[in-house]
Amino acid sequence: MIERCDVAVIGAGPAGLAAAHAAASHGARVILLDAQPRHGGQIWRHDVAHGTPPAAQAAIQALSGKVEWRAQHQVVAADGRRLLAETPDGAVEIDAGHVVIATGARELQLPFLNWTLPGVAGAGGLQALAKQGWPLAGKRVLVAGSGPLLLAAAATLRKHGAMVVGIHEQASAARVAAFAAQLWRWPARAWQAARLRVALAGVPYRCGSFVQAASGDTQLRGVELRDADGTRQVECDYLAIGYGLVPNVELAALLGCALDRSGTHARVHADDLLCTSVPGVYAAGEALGIAGLAAARIEGSMAGHAAADAVDAARALAPARIRERAFAGLLARHFALDPRLRTLATADTVVCRCEDVPLSALDDCPDTRSARLAARCGMGACQGRICGAALAELGRFPNDGPRRPPLFPARLATLAALPFRPTTEIEP
Amino acid sequence: MNAQGVVRLAVNGRPIEVPAGTSVAAAVARISPMRFRDSVHGMPRAPLCGMGACFECRVHIDGRAQLRACMTPVREGMQVTTHD
Ligand SMILES: Cc1cc2nc3c(=O)[nH]c(=O)nc-3n(C[C@H](O)[C@H](O)[C@H](O)COP(=O)(O)OP(=O)(O)OC[C@H]3O[C@@H](n4cnc5c(N)ncnc54)[C@H](O)[C@@H]3O)c2cc1C
Ligand code: FES
Repeated sequence: MIERCDVAVIGAGPAGLAAAHAAASHGARVILLDAQPRHGGQIWRHDVAHGTPPAAQAAIQALSGKVEWRAQHQVVAADGRRLLAETPDGAVEIDAGHVVIATGARELQLPFLNWTLPGVAGAGGLQALAKQGWPLAGKRVLVAGSGPLLLAAAATLRKHGAMVVGIHEQASAARVAAFAAQLWRWPARAWQAARLRVALAGVPYRCGSFVQAASGDTQLRGVELRDADGTRQVECDYLAIGYGLVPNVELAALLGCALDRSGTHARVHADDLLCTSVPGVYAAGEALGIAGLAAARIEGSMAGHAAADAVDAARALAPARIRERAFAGLLARHFALDPRLRTLATADTVVCRCEDVPLSALDDCPDTRSARLAARCGMGACQGRICGAALAELGRFPNDGPRRPPLFPARLATLAALPFRPTTEIEP
Repeated sequence: MNAQGVVRLAVNGRPIEVPAGTSVAAAVARISPMRFRDSVHGMPRAPLCGMGACFECRVHIDGRAQLRACMTPVREGMQVTTHD
C-alpha cells in the first residue's frame, strides 16, 4: 500500500506533535507516524495508572481531524522521501513531499560490573516501564547516573509506589549548585525543579556519587556505591540508571542528512530554519541535540511551518529557539561525566548486550567496522544503539558507520515490500 | 477488553488480568519480572530501556518470535512466552 502526503512527521513526541500541528495549519496533508502505540514520545508518555499529562492532551487534541495519525508505524527504510514503515499488520509505504525528523533521544548507558543483571534498567527506562504498568509498589529502587532526568524519573517511580532509597548524581555538589543557580533564566524549568523537590521530599540526593558495580546471581540484589568517603554496598530491588541522553540520528543518517559529529555523540545538522542538508527534510527536538521539552516544542513548530513552506512563520520562532537551546550548553557543562566512569568496564565486562561481547574482545579492533566483523559487537538486534553510544563515551570508536536499512530488525515480508533496492547489502 | 477496562491474557500459560493499555512487558513483569529472554551465553535478561531501543524485552507473542514487549500493548486472549 502506498500513501501520499505533503508532510510526513516521524516521531510523535512534543517535537513531532508540534510539527504536525504547524504544518497542518497551512492546509498541508500531514501524516504523523510513531513506532509507539500512543502519541507523546518520552516525556509525555501515557501513564496507564495516572493518564496523560494535560499539556500532552492539549497537543494531541489539537491535531484531531487535521492530521492523520499512524500508531505502531516504525520507519525501517527510506529512499529519498519515500518511507517504508513496519506495522503489526505488515509494511506501509509513504511517499512524502517533505519530511520532518522528530525521532528524539535514548538514554546513555555506561557498562559496569553486572549491568546486564535483570533489575538494572535505565532511569528513564524504568520510568517508562512504570508508566506502562510495571509493578513497583514497595520495591526498593536506587536511582543513579546524571542529569535532571534522574529527578523526573525518581518522582514517577515514587508516584507508582516505589521506595526510592536514594538518588546518586555523579556530578559534584558544586556543579549541581551552579546549574541550579542558572535555572532562573528558564522560569518553567525552575518551577519544574521546585515541584520535583516537593515530590521527592525525604529522598536523599547525593552528588559526587556513582554506582561502580551491581551484584546478584540471576537478578539484582544490590549495588556498590562510590563517593568521596569511599565505597559502600546498598541493597535494592531495582537500579534505575542513566547518564543523560543520546540523539536518535539513525533515520536522519539513512535519509542522507549530514550529522554534526563535533561532540561525543552525533546530532542532526540543520540550518537556522531547521532544514537538514537534504532539501525538503527537516529536523526538530532531541534529534538535533539534547535541549529538553521547550526547545522540542518550538523546533517542532518551526520545522512544521518550514515543511509547509511557511518560512516567515518558522523564522518568527527562531529567537525563542536560540534562547531554549542555550539550556543544552548549560546541561552539558554542569553534568559532564567524571572520567572515572569510563574505567568501570573491565576486560570481562559485557559491552554489547545483544551478542555478549566483552570489552577485551575489542582490543584489536581499530574501528566500528572491525568490531562488527571480528567481534560481532553492534551486530545484534539493537544494531549498536546501546553499545555504540557507550563505546563512543569510553573513547573506543565513535559511532561512525554509515547507516543501512533496515533501521530496526524487520520482518522478511517488510523487506520484500521494499519498493527500492537498498543501496548497500542488508546485514544479517 | 471487558467493560471494566481489564484485559485477560496468558504469560507462559498462566492467565493474568491487567488494565487495558498495559504493555506486554508490564504484564510479563507481574509473573516473571527478572527473566524475559536468555542472552547468547544463557544469562537471564530483562528490559533495560523501556522504549524500544535495547531489544532486551523480546518475547514470543501469539507464536511470533522476537517482539519487543515494551512496545506492544496487551490484547484480549494474547499468549505470551518468555525466555526462548
Ligand atoms: C526514556 C526517557 C524518558 C524521559 N523522561 C523525561 C521526563 O520525565 N522529563 C523530561 O523533562 N524529559 C524527559 N526525557 C527527555 C525527553 O527526551 C524530552 O524532554 C522530550 O521528550 C523530547 O521530545 P522529542 O519530541 O524531541 O522526542 P521524543 O519525545 O523522544 O519522541 C520521539 C518519538 O519518535 C519515535 N521514533 C523514533 N524513531 C522512529 C522511527 N524510526 N519510526 C517511527 N517512530 C520513531 C519514538 O518512538 C518517539 O515516540 C526523557 C527521555 C527519555 C529517553
Ligand atoms: S526494554 Fe528496551 S526494547 Fe524493550
